[in-house]
Amino acid sequence: MARTDVQLMLDVKAGDDASFDFLLQKYRSPLVNFLYRMVRDTATAEDLAQEVFLRVYRARKQYSPSAKFTTWLFRIATNVALNSVRDNRHQKMQVSLDAPIDDDSTPREIPAKQLRVDERMVERDRTVFIRKAIWALPEKQRAAVVLHKYEEMDYAEIAKILECSESALKSLLFRAYENLRVQLAPLVTQPVAYREGERRPS
Amino acid sequence: MKCEEVSEGLVAYMDGRASAAERQGIEQHLAVCPACRTRAEEFRAVWNALEAVPAIDPSFGFDARVRQRIAAGPKRRWFEILIPQPRLALSAALLILLTVLVVKLPLSKPVPAPVQASEQDFNVIKNLRVLENYDVVTGMDALSQLAPDDSTQPAKQSSNDGAESND
Repeated sequence: MARTDVQLMLDVKAGDDASFDFLLQKYRSPLVNFLYRMVRDTATAEDLAQEVFLRVYRARKQYSPSAKFTTWLFRIATNVALNSVRDNRHQKMQVSLDAPIDDDSTPREIPAKQLRVDERMVERDRTVFIRKAIWALPEKQRAAVVLHKYEEMDYAEIAKILECSESALKSLLFRAYENLRVQLAPLVTQPVAYREGERRPS
Repeated sequence: MKCEEVSEGLVAYMDGRASAAERQGIEQHLAVCPACRTRAEEFRAVWNALEAVPAIDPSFGFDARVRQRIAAGPKRRWFEILIPQPRLALSAALLILLTVLVVKLPLSKPVPAPVQASEQDFNVIKNLRVLENYDVVTGMDALSQLAPDDSTQPAKQSSNDGAESND
């Protein structure tokens, strides 16, 4: 029978390093992606993800399964990411949608499908545009969207990670998606479609 | 349902986590409100656009670097040098204690007083047989007077022997 994450972490606490390796393999990709979406640089994201695993390992003796393992893990990751973003704020005051993307920060993406060269270029531009829209969100909105959309967590868990109430989280998410709707207007804006019998504003 | 209520429930409607009653209320409103319907469609487009962003792969040496950092132990900040470490403090205390013991131990042994030593020597000397015969002692005095001549005699003999053999 497969052990749960909490059981694995309790085994790590008891001195079983193999269980830590298992957790490392399971969560390295979600963590690196979460942190990349938070800090916009692959090298920094990897460094921070390593820092998160390091903190998990060092805190193993104090671990108590009061919440889901992922809640604990992503709370550490969110704190690490927010600290990093705040530390670097003086360097990157704002993310401009027109700013060129750094070659160094271009990630190694998992190829989804085979595309022609021109299609790949269009796809790449679209991806960069969407990423920049996410990076342009205020930190907490960004964390909420990434946990909600990409980590597919439920509201209760995200609220615990971000240390807010569920209703505050729903409001935060609404504002975040509304901001994205504005930022991504060229991709998502649709003309208001009136149905038969509906009144148009004068 | 009013437009404001629909806005509040739009995210849950979009991600499929709205309850059946919420979903029904929103859909009824969207059917008659073009502005909210457009907004809902744009939210859906945002949701789909985010989905199209591919995930990235961690680098190949990621796990190894984590293990390396764990093995390296915690980094010490400059001010932590000033904070005494328990192991170091214990080692230093043991070393000082050991040094004190090594230095103090020989001193703690009872050292015989010079007077006692001379008394012991006298007891030994007075029992020696040689002192019972005083002539021996006087004879020894006579020998000591001859000692310088005797010591040079054999050396002179050997040098004379050497000269004879050369001739």
